[in-house]
Amino acid sequence: MSKFKKKGDEGTPAVSTASLPDIVFMLLFFFMVTTVMREVDLKVKMSQPEATEITKLKNKALVDYIYIGEPVNSELYGTVPKIQLDDDFSTVEEIQDYIIQRRAERNEAEHGLITVSLKVNQETKMGIVTEVKQELRKVQALKINYSTREKADPTKF
Amino acid sequence: MARKKRELQEINAGSMADIAFLLLVFFLVTTTMDSSWGLARKLPPPLLDNVEKPPPIKDRNVFVVLANANDQLLVEGELMEIYELRAAAKEFIANPMRKEDLPEFKDVDVNLLGPRKVSKQVISLQNDNGTSYNLYIQVQNELAAAYNELRNDLADQEFGMSYDMLTELAEPEDSDPKYKTMIKAIRKVYPQRISEAEPKDVGGN
Repeated sequence: MSKFKKKGDEGTPAVSTASLPDIVFMLLFFFMVTTVMREVDLKVKMSQPEATEITKLKNKALVDYIYIGEPVNSELYGTVPKIQLDDDFSTVEEIQDYIIQRRAERNEAEHGLITVSLKVNQETKMGIVTEVKQELRKVQALKINYSTREKADPTKF
Repeated sequence: MARKKRELQEINAGSMADIAFLLLVFFLVTTTMDSSWGLARKLPPPLLDNVEKPPPIKDRNVFVVLANANDQLLVEGELMEIYELRAAAKEFIANPMRKEDLPEFKDVDVNLLGPRKVSKQVISLQNDNGTSYNLYIQVQNELAAAYNELRNDLADQEFGMSYDMLTELAEPEDSDPKYKTMIKAIRKVYPQRISEAEPKDVGGN
């Protein structure tokens, strides 16, 4: 009996915080794993131009991306600007099929809302961009968005 | 037995740093460097063969912007730098002095604003295949800025708030429909008409 009494006299022991870092790391890994980074591996150089009159792309699920720029691995692929759809290089002709295929994956009611985001390296010449735009017109993918970086506009303040 | 009774311990703050790092790393990871901002544009529908040619537009109503393969701009027949473009486009669109060589007006009855003189302006943009994408975006941006500035001024005059403000207010799903009609009215006075000609290939690469 007396043994138990002695223990009670000691008061509240400190909560051990030694395992807190572990918990924190566990959380960290949990978020790292679950955060979906639906980003493709960029195979082209990407430095976007700056603009001020820009709008944000709203529904990201309804956005298709087309990347245009010089290949990163220029020893292998040369320096002529190329088109990247999803994870692979593509030709201009493949754009129509890609758009149609992506469209088929969506609800029919949402077809009018699909936006094509053109992510183009700023040093690219307009020739290839225009070709891509003509292809988009042919498949009636008319809503486009020229992806840009935001430039601080001194006149806005 | 002889030990003193311990006092209530303070909460160990040593792990605050870890929590802070956790948050930091979390935001670092979730922030995509990749921007979802951009210039929204609408492409014209594909041309059909059997469609008749539209009637020609008078020269005074067209603001011609040409960009060549050396990234030089020719605006209405004159060499121009990119920073001059916005002011020139604004003058063309609004034609405040009612000049003879700038666009004509037609009378339009605008909802909320009453009868208005609306300019018949069209901006025609033509670039070469060798024009850099950067210049193309800069031109598009300056032209859009010209329209936006005029719209802002008009909205300020009429409704006491800028056009940017109106678009922001109209954005939520449950916003007041009056903002949308206000935006429509402003757009009717200054419709954004940028026409892109089929590209030419004259400058080589």
